[in-house]
Amino acid sequence: MKSSRRRFIKLAGIAALGLGAQPAIKAIAPAAEHGSQMQFTQSPNALTAKQWAMVIDARRFKTPADLEPMIEACHKLHNVPHFTEKRHEIKWIWETHYHNAFPNVPNRFISEETEERPYLVLCNHCQNPPCVRACPTQATFKRASDGIVMMDMHRCIGCRFCMAACPYGSRSFNFVDPLKGLVESEINLKYPRRMKGVVEKCTFCVERLAEGQMPACVEASNGAIVFGDLEDPESEVRQVLRENFTIRRKQNLGTEPCVYYIV
Amino acid sequence: MLELALKGSKAYWTWVVALLGVIGAGFVLYLGQLQIGLGITGMSRDVSWGFYIANFTYLVGVAAGGVMVVLPYYLHDYKAYGKVTILGEFLAIAALVMCLLFILVDLGQPMRGLNVFLYPTTNSVLFYDALVLNGYLLINLVVGWNVLEAERNGVHYQKWLKPIIYISIPFAVSIHTVTAFLYSGLPGRGFWLTAILAPRFLSSAFAAGPALLVLLCLFIRKTTKFDPGKEQIQSLGLTVAYAICINVFFFLCEIFVAFYSQIPEHMDHIKYLFVGLHGHGALVPWMWTSMALMVIGIILTVNPGTRKNETTLAVACALIIAGTWIDKGLGMISGGFVPNPLHEVNEYAPTPWEIGITVGVYAIGALVLTILYKMAVGVKEEVRA
Repeated sequence: MKSSRRRFIKLAGIAALGLGAQPAIKAIAPAAEHGSQMQFTQSPNALTAKQWAMVIDARRFKTPADLEPMIEACHKLHNVPHFTEKRHEIKWIWETHYHNAFPNVPNRFISEETEERPYLVLCNHCQNPPCVRACPTQATFKRASDGIVMMDMHRCIGCRFCMAACPYGSRSFNFVDPLKGLVESEINLKYPRRMKGVVEKCTFCVERLAEGQMPACVEASNGAIVFGDLEDPESEVRQVLRENFTIRRKQNLGTEPCVYYIV
Repeated sequence: MLELALKGSKAYWTWVVALLGVIGAGFVLYLGQLQIGLGITGMSRDVSWGFYIANFTYLVGVAAGGVMVVLPYYLHDYKAYGKVTILGEFLAIAALVMCLLFILVDLGQPMRGLNVFLYPTTNSVLFYDALVLNGYLLINLVVGWNVLEAERNGVHYQKWLKPIIYISIPFAVSIHTVTAFLYSGLPGRGFWLTAILAPRFLSSAFAAGPALLVLLCLFIRKTTKFDPGKEQIQSLGLTVAYAICINVFFFLCEIFVAFYSQIPEHMDHIKYLFVGLHGHGALVPWMWTSMALMVIGIILTVNPGTRKNETTLAVACALIIAGTWIDKGLGMISGGFVPNPLHEVNEYAPTPWEIGITVGVYAIGALVLTILYKMAVGVKEEVRA
């Protein structure tokens, strides 16, 4: 009895030691294991920035139909499912009313035109993102190279802490298999589908930026959405910001959203 | 000592088998959820935490409440509680098992749950919550088991247990504080964004936990040869009385801040809960019931006449358990998500499927509690004989 217990403790100790050494092994191993095949190369066309940002000229969108092409382009490209059951709804970019987009700017009497037009909302890719702070596994993280708030769908445990943390309601959860909300023939095979039980959201089209293309919504906006580097004083985004009065969603919360609106 | 749980009356075994049946049914329902996804629940992208997390929050309170017998006994040398500390510790174990299970059933990808430890993230409150919950569970297992075994053998418990027992006290406070921090550190959720959330959680915990202990003590006295004692039950009743008063006081502080400052983001959630918002008010009757239960609970526990009468004390405890459960289990979580960040009202109600899985988790907790209490009572009966 005693000796077997001692043996068990010994084995457990060795196992714990092995686990403890794992990060060290990991740090040295990959180069030897996979060689040069594992190196990531960046396309020479790739668009880069210190902090991507977006300016939406809301004045140019008068009716919901004006926003449809952008929402459609994004959701089609990224295989965002459509469910009739509202509880299962997933959206990356959508239209909403003025008082929903900007609940903290509730002037009682504002220009009718401003109040009645629809507003595009999406992930703000905050400079100080509360979702990233909340995530217990770093499955959602702010990419150091360009400030995009990204999602690792393979690491996400589906705890939905990020959804509670996001003050913009920008995140969706796959309550069921997203395939059930997609038409099989319309699936974009170039973009991965997700599995049930993980959170997803807008990624500022990282996959397009990497190939030198503007985000899908920007491309579909006929110039009404400007996209560029917030940290570059010469960028188009900065120029538009210099010339127009803009507002951001709930900027009093200190999240520093990177989506600006010209209203 | 586990063998003590293997000898029991017919009623005991019927209860155990019944619990196993409920657990089995709950497990089948959970397999269904695993297959289909969390879509079987009433949750949505607006109310992204529901019944599971609400019950988790409530049970963290029950677990923390156990410290209300541990603290007076070990820190203030209140000898009377020597008889019942083990009941507090074992109740905490059962509650913590349920807490961890509720987290597990709430995960979209439960197989990846250990990522929390594989990629430890020191800026996430959830990481700390996982640490303190598991830590407190371990502490209670080690302390409860060893102290009980020492009692059985008629010796003083081991010396090295003492520091662990002392650590268990701040740990109990920490589990509910960290759990409150899950909510209260989130920008843009006006209902939770209040420094008094953690104290409020603790006060309701220190009411609900001891109230449940009172009921369990009365049950044990009735069904076994072990009497937890009149004085002990009365002291617990007094703890409940103070804690429930403080809990309601804290709630009124919240009401004052929200409605005197008149800041819409803080008022809207409370309005939704108590009078309804934009024509939606599914929780209104529940919240008023909760308030009424807690107020009746205060009257019955503060009044010495009704507190000293064990029948009315039992009624008061049951009312307080129900009242705090509605407050935390139904109101606290949904209330924070409605209205949503875009000020839309999308309500939440748990589905029968979700409730079934919840009942299954509670049945596991009840089974753990039954076995542990059977053991504890067995030892107490042995020692007395």
